[in-house]
Order: sequence, then structure tokens, then C-alpha cells
Amino acid sequence: MTRPFTDKILTANHLQTGDAIYWAADGWSRDVAAATVLRDANSAEQALTRATNQPQTAVGPYLAEAALTADGSPYPTHFREVFRTKGPSNYHHGKQEQAHV
Amino acid sequence: MYNYSDFDREFVIERNRQFRAQVARRISGALTEEEFKPLRLMNGLYLQLHAYMLRVAIPYGTLNGAKMRKLAEIADRWDKGYGHFTTRQNVQFNWPALTDVPDILDSLADIDMHAIQTSGNCIRNVTADHFAGAANDEVMDPRPTAELLRQWSTDHPEFAFLGRKFKFAVIGSQNDRAVLRAHDIGLQIMRNSSDDLGYRVFVGGGLGRTPMLGKVLREFLPAADLLPYVESILQVYNVLGRRDNKYKARIKITVHENGIDSIRDKVEARFALQRAAFGGNDQQLFADIQRAFAAPKFANTPIDSFLARQNSDPVFRSFTDTNLAAHKHPDYAILTISLKKHGATPGDATSEQMQVMAGLAEQFGHDELRISHEQNVILPHVHKSDLPAVFDALREVGLATANIGLISDIIACPGMDYCGLATARSIPIAQQIALRFDALALEHEIGALKIKISGCINACGHHHMGHIGILGLEKGGVESYQITLGGDGTETASIGQRAGPGFVYDAIVPAVERLIYAYLDLRVDADETFLQAYRRLGQAPFKAALYPAVQVAAE
Repeated sequence: MTRPFTDKILTANHLQTGDAIYWAADGWSRDVAAATVLRDANSAEQALTRATNQPQTAVGPYLAEAALTADGSPYPTHFREVFRTKGPSNYHHGKQEQAHV
Repeated sequence: MYNYSDFDREFVIERNRQFRAQVARRISGALTEEEFKPLRLMNGLYLQLHAYMLRVAIPYGTLNGAKMRKLAEIADRWDKGYGHFTTRQNVQFNWPALTDVPDILDSLADIDMHAIQTSGNCIRNVTADHFAGAANDEVMDPRPTAELLRQWSTDHPEFAFLGRKFKFAVIGSQNDRAVLRAHDIGLQIMRNSSDDLGYRVFVGGGLGRTPMLGKVLREFLPAADLLPYVESILQVYNVLGRRDNKYKARIKITVHENGIDSIRDKVEARFALQRAAFGGNDQQLFADIQRAFAAPKFANTPIDSFLARQNSDPVFRSFTDTNLAAHKHPDYAILTISLKKHGATPGDATSEQMQVMAGLAEQFGHDELRISHEQNVILPHVHKSDLPAVFDALREVGLATANIGLISDIIACPGMDYCGLATARSIPIAQQIALRFDALALEHEIGALKIKISGCINACGHHHMGHIGILGLEKGGVESYQITLGGDGTETASIGQRAGPGFVYDAIVPAVERLIYAYLDLRVDADETFLQAYRRLGQAPFKAALYPAVQVAAE
């Protein structure tokens, strides 16, 4: 039995900077809240295929489990992915501390 | 200190030129990531959680002021103003942009440094005793041997694509400060009964998911036979080692599956052939290298100012009691500078701190610095009369923490704050343990204690070798921390034993605290260390402290 599909976001690292980036409506974003929520297997697979075809922007694209905040913005559910949105926790100095670009 | 020859310099410049072109081809789309990844890894460039990471080799952990200053400049110009010193005596920059890396590598080449063979299935940076050339218990400085191995293994065509990475360590003393038996090959310089110099050769040590201590392959190898002998070991491993499963590809598994006696027979058979192939050039080279490591000229001047300051300043007294080790010259000391200020990230140094350490090495330390596998920086040759000035300068930049060998002198891998392989964080655990025991003001009362933390099974934080080891894993969607007890990375090496079920993030520091209070209750007297008490009593009383009866009953 296949497991029911759960919401996903698509993420990768930016080729030139290495930044964590998210698949969004108008291209890649460094802001997870702007990420496109992939609500079924087909759209997830299509997004992954399209992302894989952008090797000059994105390195190693993959799908990550996501949930929605009360205002409908996506956020990742696994702690590893949460860290990727926040930067290192030893002291606050990640690129995520800078304004999203 | 060994300085590059023109050949070395040309080699690095050419390699950098190649990598610059490879980066350009990757960005233009001419190379896919699949094609580019092994090329960048061969040049020390990883892609991690938040950014690229460049791992720069510090051969056997030896630096001079100019090299340390260059690392500081790179941190300021292309990174975030700090560097992270690692358990392989290397330095990592956590934030370089791919497009800047060729410039960083050129900048490193200016001072004879590079990032070659800091990754990949090849012979990695050779590590050595961080007190090399200074320790009072030394048979011989291990760095010429390490440098000979570095030159032999750099770009060695036969060993560029091994089944798995391969790590050497070299020590020159009976006391092991380099975790020799956790290495693929460990070399202990010694003298035999005829007073000839040679090596005790250990093989098949390693940590990771299958921790094993190295076994003696040769009780005494004459010094002149080193390269043909280790080349024979590599050849046997290259043929016999498994390539079907990367978790079984290290030489420790080859030794385990074939047996040490069978490996020894094969190595000796190869060695009989190999020996003739080295026509003495290696020994000529070794003699040249040894000259480059001649000891500095030590001064015989009074140490009154040192003794006076010790008597008048309790903070200086505490610092020198804790952070000094015995030097071979009685008027000198080996000073370990702690990169473990309570609450700081183990192994991190800011560019300002690097500049200060470089300056102190130049002014007071015969221009020598060492990086220890314990993620600290060493000034190996400081005249005792200069220690007050060195201490004052270190204190100005937050580098005068008196905690070497104590509970807050923790090894921690980068863990999930940086590393793409990590399954849990390790740095914040180290920070919290250090802060907690500092707040309790118990650190000096507890005495010698090594806590080592890894954020995944690969064990970069050497957790199996910690008196208390902590391994961060994922369990049920949260970070979970397993404790191992009784590990020891010295000449009395042992692998720590798992104590029981893991602890969640918020429970691990209280668990360590219970362990420490149990130790303080159980020890015979203040001279019995945690490890000694553990070896005397076994795991039971410590396990009881970790898992109080109520909790055990509830499981």
C-alpha cells in the first residue's frame, strides 16, 4: 500500500553561493515562506523534474516534508530542514540572519 | 619548519589553475554537478547545509605566524571572520562562495598552503602529536616522518582512488597525544633494544559506525624501511579492501575480515619486492626534511618574572597550572591556548584571535604554532619569562581560558549546525555543558575529563574515545543523544561502551551532570580521575546515575 501523499516543499542549494533555496512561484527563493506548497505527487514530481533541469542554479534538489502556518505559509517539519531555514544555532551568524534577497 | 620547494609550489599553482577552470566550466554549464563534485572534493570543497565549506590542510597541525595571518585574512575577506579548527588539525571556512574559492586557493598558495586531499578516498592530511618537537618525553620529532609521508602521498597515482579515505598519524613519544590507534595506520617512533630508531606500526584503527583500535602489524620497523613498508600496506589494502559497501571499505574491516596475521604475511611479501624499488632517494629526502625541522635555539635566561607573577596573580597561576605542559628545555613551556571559552564554539577562532596568536608566535614563540586534534592552538616553545606578556595579550581577546584537559575542553564536530551529514547538533551541547559546569564552579574540582561529541555515526568528534562520549542521532523525528563511557584515546586506548538508551536534547546536559556528581561521590580521592574510577568500578554505578530507578522502571 502506498502511503498517502503529504505536503512538500522543494529545496536545494544555490550553485554559486551554496545558500538554501526553495522552489517558489516565480523561481527560486531564499525565503521558505515563499515556497510553493506541493500538494500531490504529480505536482511534486513535476517540480522536481523542472528543478533538476536547472543545474546552473540549483544543486541537489529534493522534496522536504512541510506544513502550513495559520496564515498559510509553508514551513518544513523535520528539524534538519528547520535548521536550514534558520542557520547555525551555536550563534546567530547565518546568511538567514540577513534580509532575504 | 618545512618550506616548499619550487616543485611543490609549481604543483599547487598548476592544481589551482586547473580548479579555477573547473569552477568556470561548472558555472557555465559545461560540467554537471555529478562531474564537478569529485573535482571540488579533491580540492577540499564541500557543499553543506547552509553554504560551501572549504577544508584547508594544515600538515601535522604545524603553522607559523605568516600562515595563521593568512587564514585570518581569508576569514575576513571571503568568509565570516572566523575559522574552525578540526580534529584532523585542519581549518575549515564555513561560508565561501563557489566563485571565490579559486581566489582563496591562490591566496593560500602564496604561503604554501592548499586544500588538496582534505576530502575524497585518498590519503588525508597526516596528523601528529601537537607537542612535536617540544615535548620532554619525545624520542624523536614526529613531523619529519609526517612530512615525508605527506610528500610521498600527495598526488600518489596509485592511491588517488582508494576504496575509502585513509588516515595516518605519527607520534614520537610513549605517551600518545594523537589518538594513534584510531587511525588506518599509526606510527610510533621508538628505539629498539639496540638503540636503533624505527617505528611500531599499528594498522586498522578507526572510529565511525564500527569503532576499532589499531593492531600492531610490526613491532619494530627500521626507520629506513618506512616508505616501502607503508606502500606495501596500501597496496595490500587497495587489492583486498572491499569496494562493494562503503561501510565495509576501510582497512579496519579488511584487517578484521582477513585477520591481522594474514594481512601481515601479505604486507611482508609485498615489502620484500617494494624495498628494492626505493633506491635510497627516500632516505636522502628524509635527511633533507629532518634538517628543516631543526629545533630552535633556546635561550638560557632567568625565569624569575614568571615565578613572581605566579605567586602574585592567582588568575595567572590557574592559567599556567592548567594550560602548560612540560617542555624539553626546563626554562620553556608548551602553552595550549584554549579555543573553548565557556559557551564558545569548540575550535572556532576569530580573525582577530588568529592575528593575536600569530603575533605571539612571532614575538615569543620562535614563530611556531600547532593545531591540536583537540581543537586548540599550541605555542610549543615559550620561554617562561615571556608567559606573563603572552597571558596578558591572550586575555585581551578572550583566549586565556584555563580549562585544558577539563570538562569544558570538549571536542565537538560541527554537527547539524553546519554539516550535511549530521543527524543532530553537537556544538550547542558542548556549549551548554561548558556553561553549566562553569556556573557550578566544579570544573577544577572534577579534574581531568574528556568529553567528545559527534553529531553523527561518522564520529568526527571522536566520541568513542571520550571518557564520556556523546553521539547525536535522530530518533523518532527528534535529536537523541547516546552516551558512551570509558573511552580513552591515549596509549591506554579503549573504546567507550554505550551506557543505555539515548536522551533527548533537553535531557542530555542534566544526564551528564548526574554522571559527574556520581563520579564525585564514587572516587577514592581527588586524584582518582573519572576514567580511573570508571575502570575500577565498571559501568554499573554510572549507569545507575544516568538512569535513576524510577525512569528505568517506567521503561
